[in-house]
Amino acid sequence: MPMIIATSVESAVSALRDHPDARIIQGGTDLMVEINFNHVKPSTMISIRDIESLKKITQPSNGIIRIGSGVPYSQLEQEPILSVVPALAQASRTVGSPQIRAAGTLGGNLGTCSPAGDTLPVMFALDATVHLQSPSDAREVAIHDFMVGVKKNIRRHDEIITAVDFPIVRGWQGYSKVGVRNAMVISVASACLVADHNEGIVRLALGSVGPTIIRCREAESWLHSVTSLQQGEKISSDIAKEFGHRAAKESSPIDDHRSTAEYRRHAISVLASRLLTKAYS
Amino acid sequence: MSTTVTARNRDVLGNSALRPDGAGKVSGSFEFTSDMHADNMLWGATLRSPHPYARIVSIDTSAALALAGVSCVITSQDVPGKPTYGLISSDQPVFASDFVRYVGEPVAAVAADHPETCRRALALIQIEYEVLTPLTDPEDAISGKFSPIHPDGNIIRHQRIIRGDQSATGPIVVEGLYEIGMQDQAFLGLEAALAIPDSDGAGVHLHVATQWLHEDLSQISACLALPANRVRLTLGGVGGAFGAREDISLQVHCCLLALKANRPIKMQYSREESFFGHVHRHPAKIFMRHHADASGKIVKIDARFVFDGGAYTSTSPAVLINGITHTQGPYKCDNATVDGFAIRTNNPPCGAMRGFGVVQACFAHESQMDKIAQAAGISPIEVRLINAMATGDPLITGQTMESVAPVARCITDTANIPLPEPLPEIVNELALPGGSGLTAERSNIVRGIGWGVSMKNLMYSEGFDDFATARCTIRDGKVFLKFATSEVGQGFVTLAPQIARSVLGLDDVEIEPIDTQVGSAGSTSASRQTWMSGGAVDGACRLVREQMFKHVGSMHNIDPLRLVISDTDIVDQIGTFRISVQDAIEGFSCSETFEHHHRKTEELDENGQGNCHTAFAFVAHRAVVDVDPELGLVKVVQIATAQDVGRVLNPLSAIGQLEGGIAQGLGLAVMEEIVMKDGKVKNPSFTDYLLPTALDAPNVVAVMIEEYEPQAPLGAKGIGEPPCISVTPAIVAAIRDAIGKDLLRIPVRPQDICL
Ligand SMILES: Cc1cc2nc3c(=O)[nH]c(=O)nc-3n(C[C@H](O)[C@H](O)[C@H](O)COP(=O)(O)OP(=O)(O)OC[C@H]3O[C@@H](n4cnc5c(N)ncnc54)[C@H](O)[C@@H]3O)c2cc1C
Repeated sequence: MPMIIATSVESAVSALRDHPDARIIQGGTDLMVEINFNHVKPSTMISIRDIESLKKITQPSNGIIRIGSGVPYSQLEQEPILSVVPALAQASRTVGSPQIRAAGTLGGNLGTCSPAGDTLPVMFALDATVHLQSPSDAREVAIHDFMVGVKKNIRRHDEIITAVDFPIVRGWQGYSKVGVRNAMVISVASACLVADHNEGIVRLALGSVGPTIIRCREAESWLHSVTSLQQGEKISSDIAKEFGHRAAKESSPIDDHRSTAEYRRHAISVLASRLLTKAYS
Repeated sequence: MSTTVTARNRDVLGNSALRPDGAGKVSGSFEFTSDMHADNMLWGATLRSPHPYARIVSIDTSAALALAGVSCVITSQDVPGKPTYGLISSDQPVFASDFVRYVGEPVAAVAADHPETCRRALALIQIEYEVLTPLTDPEDAISGKFSPIHPDGNIIRHQRIIRGDQSATGPIVVEGLYEIGMQDQAFLGLEAALAIPDSDGAGVHLHVATQWLHEDLSQISACLALPANRVRLTLGGVGGAFGAREDISLQVHCCLLALKANRPIKMQYSREESFFGHVHRHPAKIFMRHHADASGKIVKIDARFVFDGGAYTSTSPAVLINGITHTQGPYKCDNATVDGFAIRTNNPPCGAMRGFGVVQACFAHESQMDKIAQAAGISPIEVRLINAMATGDPLITGQTMESVAPVARCITDTANIPLPEPLPEIVNELALPGGSGLTAERSNIVRGIGWGVSMKNLMYSEGFDDFATARCTIRDGKVFLKFATSEVGQGFVTLAPQIARSVLGLDDVEIEPIDTQVGSAGSTSASRQTWMSGGAVDGACRLVREQMFKHVGSMHNIDPLRLVISDTDIVDQIGTFRISVQDAIEGFSCSETFEHHHRKTEELDENGQGNCHTAFAFVAHRAVVDVDPELGLVKVVQIATAQDVGRVLNPLSAIGQLEGGIAQGLGLAVMEEIVMKDGKVKNPSFTDYLLPTALDAPNVVAVMIEEYEPQAPLGAKGIGEPPCISVTPAIVAAIRDAIGKDLLRIPVRPQDICL
């Protein structure tokens, strides 16, 4: 299987255009598993690991941090992400083992687009924007429009994901993930909560409990209607519980060998209410 | 007190000699069987049944054979000898010919120039199946509702134990129906073998990762229809076993392909295939009812065991006997009514795994002990102490406990280990239940404490003479040890030279290749090799020492009976003569072979009475577990343990066994399970079959109880299995203690705790 080593975004996308069944490889922690299990057999692989621009973390404007698609988890776990987008750092720490975190990237998580992808609820809760580049144009797509199903996104074959823009939020944010062991586990249910103190709103996104990441818009607006969500607000345990129940109602989990729908729904209600309580304590 | 001062810290018995293969394993240079290579080698691969139960209508291999690069394709028709194999009953086909009885059953194999060619060839083999309704619930087999899925019937073995007063009861009666899930041995070194045909095509040399070379040899040669001396086995590098390498997996297939292709054949399973390629721990359902007096003393036990043996017999009959004969655990009990079944179903075959039937029994009896304690109003420690068995007590089989049995000491020594500090107010979140998922805060966590104590038989039972052989040679100033003992990671390659050094006073000891060119060593299982092969090495070295003393005696005109080894010298016990062993053996050579046999055992009669076991070992575990009751997540904080080991021969090796066994028992308690649905395995990967990680592993605080076992050749008991047995119920008891809810099933899943 030929491997094209691209050193620029331009050469990568033109290689994609020239090879209709080529696959992009970044850390390979998803793709190599698929290849080894014979689920996919690309004729060509295009490695984009040597494209320096994809490994950059920049701040294009005041309220935005832009993370290149080639940034690995081992870097996302640390500063500056730890302070600026702490939920993303927490989500990154939950991914796999140190080896996987050294190789796996943000772009790969988006490329695979699994409902269990750990960075995706963070993107959904923060209203992140995905940057795509094709040979002819560049576009920016809201994460909500990008992911459309289980391992499905709207990326065209000749596009690569170059970066993700995360709004910098003043307030609190956190990511929690339930698995059946204490590390290196695929999530059974996960949640990211962002409390935006400027706008006085709370946003909640759920992983592993539906075909895509689920934004709990109903629970969010209910919460908005019963509290002011200003900084220093006290959230009663009744409100936290009710928020959890409402979030669980918006999830649509399934039974499988990893867990049951009932447990997943329950876990979501616990995670959502704990995250909310933490955000205002 | 005087202490003996030795000039050098020699790697003799009692010292932490390092593994000779340790550095290679850590650095990656150790050659596992899967790393082996032969010139001109082809690859072999296996086609497996996708159905739990189906009739084979036709097999067409022509398209696979026509594929470029394919050397041969074999099916049941190509088995020249016995069409079946098996450890106890030869009921498992080398290749299915008429029916497939479990998902993963081998149907054909190919040899080709590349693993990818093999994969494509397997896809080209056309098999027409008539799919049948699988038998997946053992109770359907017992009730006779299901017609036989195998000519030998659906009940593999039924055995009862009837002891004492059948109507005895007491003021306390507690019961439960306990369920144990299917655990995988999950060794890291996957199944692999390299078969090299003899140049005349009438014999084969197999390099394989196995637990018992000679048992493999006899099963393989029967299937190949070759005399035993035309099949040679050499142990390849083994990466763990835990029982999963007792049964034949790829051995016969690999040899058949090599003989047919007349080329060396390498076979190696993937992780996914490995889940289908070896037997697992029996899932079981155990009903137990304990009758006790008001003080909590056991009066009688009623029990019913159902072990799901899966499609073929493997070691199910022996696992069943181990299970039911350990109904009482390490406690006195005069009256018992026990009924036990090992059942054939269309689930994956189950067989040996560390703990061998006792793991299942222990989860039930230890859960019951806590219920008695509760009813009697005493603590989990008290109930165990007042019932603790001692040497000389009769077992429910009528056998007398002749082993050293420091049960009470195991319990008190464990209880004396300090409890861990309570969770501090400010905690490292990673150390809480949920770990890196950051699901909990300090305030969400409740801590529980639980107990488990167990008894485990050592060596084989029921009249089986599982002897071990070793040869010791002194040549060129050096000791050579030869045995067929499988080194699967347990450390016999460390221990054997320690024994030789202690007995002979020589430090330069070499282990000759581990193969079938010497007598059997028996299996590396049943916690038996230190006792059995250790006894054989010790015996062979003693015979050589006798020759050496004779030699020295005649050279120096001293009665050899006066000579002893002192460190690295030979000294006259009465006189002043002293010579270094190294000097004494100049020009001397000698070789002796020794077989170690354990005491004879008996079969059980129809009422389950008989001296069926060889010896026993005991251990206590206390678990401290943090639980997040709302999410059902756990973190095992500390395991305290005191184990009856007889004598510590290598402290480092011993603690390794304890810690590893505890991790494996923790796995069964809270995460490890092969999830089955309608006869299909739903999680054949390490993505979904979860093993404990470093964040799940507890702090282990261990005490080794050294009460010399007079029956054991080195005074040391087997220590491999006990660590994983009672730790599981201890952890579950700790979870129950934290949440106040009965838990009847392992592994305990989050939903079992919180929903
Ligand atoms: C043992 C193990 C544990 C794991 N644990 C977790 C976990 O806990 N949580 C989790 O979320 N994931 C986990 N994963 C999955 C995986 O590590 C992550 O999804 C990771 O983010 C993938 O990144 P990568 O760079 O390795 O992607 P790759 O494997 O290189 O690529 C993944 C997919 O994305 C495409 N792609 C990659 N980069 C781009 C790009 N820039 N533009 C367009 N398409 C692109 C590829 O073509 C491919 O389809 C685990 C994987 C393994 C093997």
